[in-house]
Amino acid sequence: MSEELHPFETFLRREMIPHIWCDGCGNGIILNCYVRALKDLDIDLNKVVTVAGIGCIGRISGFTNTDSFHTTHGRAVAFATGVKLANPELKLVVISGDGDLFAIGGNHFIHAARRNVDIHVICANNFNYGMTGGQYGPTTPLDAWTTTTPYGNVEHPFNLVHLAAASGAAYVARWTTLHARRLTESIKKALQKEGFSFIEVITPCPEIYGRYNKMRTGIDMMNWFRKASEIRNQSDPAKAEITPERIVIGEFLDIEKPSFGRLLRDMTTRVQEKMRKGR
Amino acid sequence: MAEKSRAVLTGKHFMEGDIACAEGAIAAGCRFFAGYPITPATEIAERMAQRLPEVEGVYIQMEDELASMAAVIGASYAGVKSMTATSGPGFSLMVENIGLAFMTETPCVIVNIMRGGPSTGQPTKPSQQDVMQAKWGSHGDYEIVALAPSSVQEIFDLTIEAFNLSETYRTPVVVLADEIVGHMRERITIPKADEIRVVNRKKPQVPPGEYAQFRPDEDLVPPMACFGEGYRFYATGLTHDESGHPTTSSAEAQQKLVQRLCDKIRKNADRIVKTERTMLEDAEVAVVAYGITSRSALSAVRKARETGIKAGLLRLVTLWPFPDKQISQVAKKVNAIVVLEMNYGQIVREVERAAKETPVIFLPKLGEEPHKPAEILQAIGRARQ
Ligand SMILES: Cc1ncc(C[n+]2csc(CCOP(=O)(O)OP(=O)(O)O)c2C)c(N)n1
Ligand code: SF4
Ligand SMILES: [Mg+2]
Repeated sequence: MSEELHPFETFLRREMIPHIWCDGCGNGIILNCYVRALKDLDIDLNKVVTVAGIGCIGRISGFTNTDSFHTTHGRAVAFATGVKLANPELKLVVISGDGDLFAIGGNHFIHAARRNVDIHVICANNFNYGMTGGQYGPTTPLDAWTTTTPYGNVEHPFNLVHLAAASGAAYVARWTTLHARRLTESIKKALQKEGFSFIEVITPCPEIYGRYNKMRTGIDMMNWFRKASEIRNQSDPAKAEITPERIVIGEFLDIEKPSFGRLLRDMTTRVQEKMRKGR
Repeated sequence: MAEKSRAVLTGKHFMEGDIACAEGAIAAGCRFFAGYPITPATEIAERMAQRLPEVEGVYIQMEDELASMAAVIGASYAGVKSMTATSGPGFSLMVENIGLAFMTETPCVIVNIMRGGPSTGQPTKPSQQDVMQAKWGSHGDYEIVALAPSSVQEIFDLTIEAFNLSETYRTPVVVLADEIVGHMRERITIPKADEIRVVNRKKPQVPPGEYAQFRPDEDLVPPMACFGEGYRFYATGLTHDESGHPTTSSAEAQQKLVQRLCDKIRKNADRIVKTERTMLEDAEVAVVAYGITSRSALSAVRKARETGIKAGLLRLVTLWPFPDKQISQVAKKVNAIVVLEMNYGQIVREVERAAKETPVIFLPKLGEEPHKPAEILQAIGRARQ
């Protein structure tokens, strides 16, 4: 008698399932798109390291059957930088939340992008801190209700794709969990990119953010994504601010420039050469 | 061979402490440094930036010390011996991730060249004000290993030892030197590469299916698989079981893990702790000191002997785990103990605890210079009464 295997059996860590995410949460879609991209690319799973910080989405590295690490809050990108430089053969994927990557970890993000270090970052932007019960964060829209903006949010949010592009990323895209097929293709592209790539995924948190902002279910939130999203490939990321009426999605940037890893290797080779001649 | 000779600068040198620290690290096999400049530890970073590419290692200047410590842990999990170097303000930023290194059993070395605190304090002046922070700075129960060099030769030797201990016990190790040791220049002898003892972490002896990243051997230390070796493990700062899976609501899991991690150091304390005894055999008064202050202490003890006072010195080479046994052995034999520190009272509390009934006199020192032998001599005189 043979047991039928899940098509992603080898990509998921079975002992860690069931996952901790709520019904209607978009994190499962992100996990699905990620492992599908790994499968389609036929990447050697032994050479992939999945790194996450702290948050609901942060648990994703535990579910992925690659080498994986769950860092302290905000430090996933800095950790991944150390791994990548120490062993350039590894493919480093950071998947983490809007709070983890852009509040407490914002400094690491902009500097990793500036260096163009070979790391592929996927941000699950659910507009709030899901893990701690729905406080506002650096991507919470103006006027939105969260547990720490009980009178409406009075802070301007980041436009993440603009931030990533301005900081120096080589590849920048934004999708929503409604666009699973495009998201998967985009992840595949990002994973093959030299240098720093960034994909923002707008994802529903119906349990908390949705409930407080008149979108009680995952379906309600996906309906908002459906109504508001506009695909504008190669458009100016500076003009891609998210509003209730409009979520600009697509590939904003895909450029070639030498990665930090390459520049570092070239420098080391020059030093080695000089040493050999010197002796 | 060429690589090896480039890594170990065998011979006699006249060298600054910070430079000797960097050379010790490279001799121990360190090939990754992530840091952020800060007085008086900057020279370590500068030396590493120059030297690591020569030995095919990587130097990176991170955006801050939070990032530096995170990158060091990452590099170690990628299988490369790694370190950072800082001073008080930077060390404060590192402590959360030092806890992560402890929890995920990451071999790595953190050098703290101590300057005057609190806060920005006196950047160019020496202190020994971070010794308690090294032990208790991160939250939760943990054990740290910390070593206190007192000369340029010793910062070289102890940086190697720090790597060896971190690899042996899969744990972060701190080198706690004061600004004087970091900045002074002295003669040092760097041995031949094959005369330097270098320890590497235990590797798994079983195939991936049978391996668990946090399953300890009898010595309480688990063999360590690294990224890319086919073991596909998960590591987290959450409380976890032997496979690394989070076990965040089981009291039993919490007890089992935290106890083992702490016992790994506590039960091996006899192997880890080093002290140096001078003229203690017949001593009536013992001076306890570490780092730069132990050198003034030694001349004071010699002077005391010249005037007929039976004084001796116990120099603490290891600060953590604390040399309880060594202190209590000395305390049983002497009438009183004098403790010197360049702070307002830190290690003295540990000495008092271990010395039990034996009176302890404390000589604090805040600011520019270590204690003068005359001051120490006076305290020895008081202790004798
Ligand atoms: C240093 C530190 N500060 C605060 C926290 C508490 N905390 C855990 S997750 C989190 C926010 C996570 O938000 P996000 O990254 O957006 O992930 P989400 O839960 O929304 O997926 C916070 C504040 C922590 N774990 N560590
Ligand atoms: S709280 Fe929100 S983000 Fe977290 S698992 Fe639930 S739905 Fe997902
Ligand atoms: Mg979030």
